[in-house]
Amino acid sequence: MIDAGTPSFPEAARTALADAQLRHNLGHATQTIRAKRAAVVAEVPDWQELREAGRAVKERVLRHLDQHLIGLEESVTRAGGIVHWARDGEECNRIVGDIIAGHGVDEVVKAKSLTTEETRLNEALAERGIRAWETDLAQLIIQLGDDMPSHILVPAIHKNREQIRALFARTLSEASPDLTDDPRELAETARRHLRKLFLGARVGISGVNFAVADTGTVSVVESEGNGRMCTTLPEVLISVMGIEKVVPTWEDLEVYLQLLPRSSTAERMNPYTSLWTGVTDGDGPREFHLVLIDNGRTHVLADEIGRQALNCIRCSACLNVCPVYERTGGHAYGSTYPGPIGAILTPMLTGMTAAKSLPYASSLCGACYEVCPVKINIPEVLVHLRHEEVKASTRARGVRERLSPEHAAMRAMARVFASRRLYEAAQRAGRLAQWPLVRDGKIRRLPGPLRGWTAARDLPAVPSQSFRDWWRDRS
Amino acid sequence: MSTSPSRVALFITCFNDTMFPQTGRAVVTLLERLGVAVDFPLEQTCCGQMHFNTGYADETIPLVRRFVDVFGDAETVVSPSASCVSMVREAYGRVAQLSGDAGLARGVESLVPRVLELSELLVDRLGVEDVGAYFPRRVTYHPTCHGLRMLHVGDRPLRLLRAVHGIDLVELPEATQCCGFGGTFAVKNADTSIAMVSDKVRTILDTGAEVCAAADNSCLMHIGGALSRQRAGVRTMHLAEILARTKEDSEP
Repeated sequence: MIDAGTPSFPEAARTALADAQLRHNLGHATQTIRAKRAAVVAEVPDWQELREAGRAVKERVLRHLDQHLIGLEESVTRAGGIVHWARDGEECNRIVGDIIAGHGVDEVVKAKSLTTEETRLNEALAERGIRAWETDLAQLIIQLGDDMPSHILVPAIHKNREQIRALFARTLSEASPDLTDDPRELAETARRHLRKLFLGARVGISGVNFAVADTGTVSVVESEGNGRMCTTLPEVLISVMGIEKVVPTWEDLEVYLQLLPRSSTAERMNPYTSLWTGVTDGDGPREFHLVLIDNGRTHVLADEIGRQALNCIRCSACLNVCPVYERTGGHAYGSTYPGPIGAILTPMLTGMTAAKSLPYASSLCGACYEVCPVKINIPEVLVHLRHEEVKASTRARGVRERLSPEHAAMRAMARVFASRRLYEAAQRAGRLAQWPLVRDGKIRRLPGPLRGWTAARDLPAVPSQSFRDWWRDRS
Repeated sequence: MSTSPSRVALFITCFNDTMFPQTGRAVVTLLERLGVAVDFPLEQTCCGQMHFNTGYADETIPLVRRFVDVFGDAETVVSPSASCVSMVREAYGRVAQLSGDAGLARGVESLVPRVLELSELLVDRLGVEDVGAYFPRRVTYHPTCHGLRMLHVGDRPLRLLRAVHGIDLVELPEATQCCGFGGTFAVKNADTSIAMVSDKVRTILDTGAEVCAAADNSCLMHIGGALSRQRAGVRTMHLAEILARTKEDSEP
């Protein structure tokens, strides 16, 4: 999901920020979806109550996750499905690969699934000689361009119509020689390409948005209908599901089917909600496998503050409102899950080492928390993970960490703030020490770790009289 | 809400004390004009937000303890920083929990409801919107993130500004977008922070305002720093400084 060699967020962001085309594409897309979301959410008088219900149901599920999962396994098995348990991505990929190989098939169709992005299923299958075709339009664009998804819901948000036209013209034999960037023509080209795949595929793979423990019903929510093709046409269906996606009953599902479309695509209702329960003679796949995957989720669950991240229903509202995401795009996060939710989920799923810059990739403006349909307090978790990161670095590096410029400065300042005498002395020292830097009451260049500030911003000089000096003079 | 306080303790914040003393002077002038006596406990230093938000939880604990010691007896504490007040209101409980000190937790629980941001004190507790200010300038107002989304001060600052005599208050487009300050974020992720403040500066310049006002000098130092670097000819002012101005001032 994230590699050890992935560049840190500030480094990757620098490259992305310089890409004018990317900035334009993202700015346009996020501003449009933000405005639409705000409008459809405003239509729902009990939105805040719905959010609270969405949060509360998830909290209840997570408290007894083991029982709900065992209940789900029983229900799915009773309905004729086969349930598999995978501890991590590797185990998941092996299970899926074995099922496909068992049917002697070397080509499968896939509905959009973040969980299989997380496990890098396509790459694992390719190693076994199995070709996985992405059928979600945006995911197809990513696959054809040998690109990486940059958004949870709209993986190709960083591409504009003209870039997609050029890609289709280059990679799809179905593209007409005079293809334009008209969305209808682009969609038609993709449709001709996908139709053949749907009709020929014997095995389909999907993710899961929700699974109802009570009845064993599995659900995929989507806009295009391509997911429904994948889950209904092939003889064999394999659905991969993160263990946090279980809900107890249909009444609980109802809450999320209201929250999700308005938060994600800014629609009152999404065009396709597929629900299936095991297998049914003469209708849909004859064999259904449900793979339940942990892949770090129980680590998240063990974190009292961080576990709320498992409430996430992958709507991506937090990405669309995030001022950082809007400017850097998703690739800078170097993870399957970008944006504010990725900044908290990725370090908890993978361990902090490879993702330690992510909790700092936020100005803590709080816009994400405000829109989250399941009330994940993302700023709270970000700050909590920063505490964990400082603790972990101190444990791992000992004295070297405590002597790092930031850590040493923080400890020195804590000592200064602990004493009025030291604090007032530091105020005086600051006024004296700044003189080589001040020109016309401004500091235009700072040395060392603070130079980032003065790269584009002046700093006012420390004035000659502090407030407390004025107060003392006055009384 | 309890009765209108006749005496408040001012929590100036370390940042305003050192860098923006004029804001503190304005708060004192304004409150005294409204008949409120101001105390300034000299033992106060810093609320600990920078330590807490950068990841240094252990270093925050003594600062929270100090804040509770200094202000514990005050009936009402007021601060001209929405951000520092939100630190007190949103994070102090958590810090007390991390400290494992039940006494500190009780102290925090009792003190927190008595700590108010300036516009909350003026509008909710003193019940005023027209504070008798005069400021004949074109002003635009940036609602800072912590005031907007943590304290939920809503339109209180705008109601105060609208009542200022002579003011030409113009709406800031995309006002609720973060300016990109974010404490150490501005340095750790300087490139992204600069990209954010560039857009904020653009919307401010679009208004044609002469002054950009806010209820947090930290955000204003960021926005003002970018305006100054670009020689944009727009200045930043804390809300309190505008509310303190009257016709009698030599330079309104």
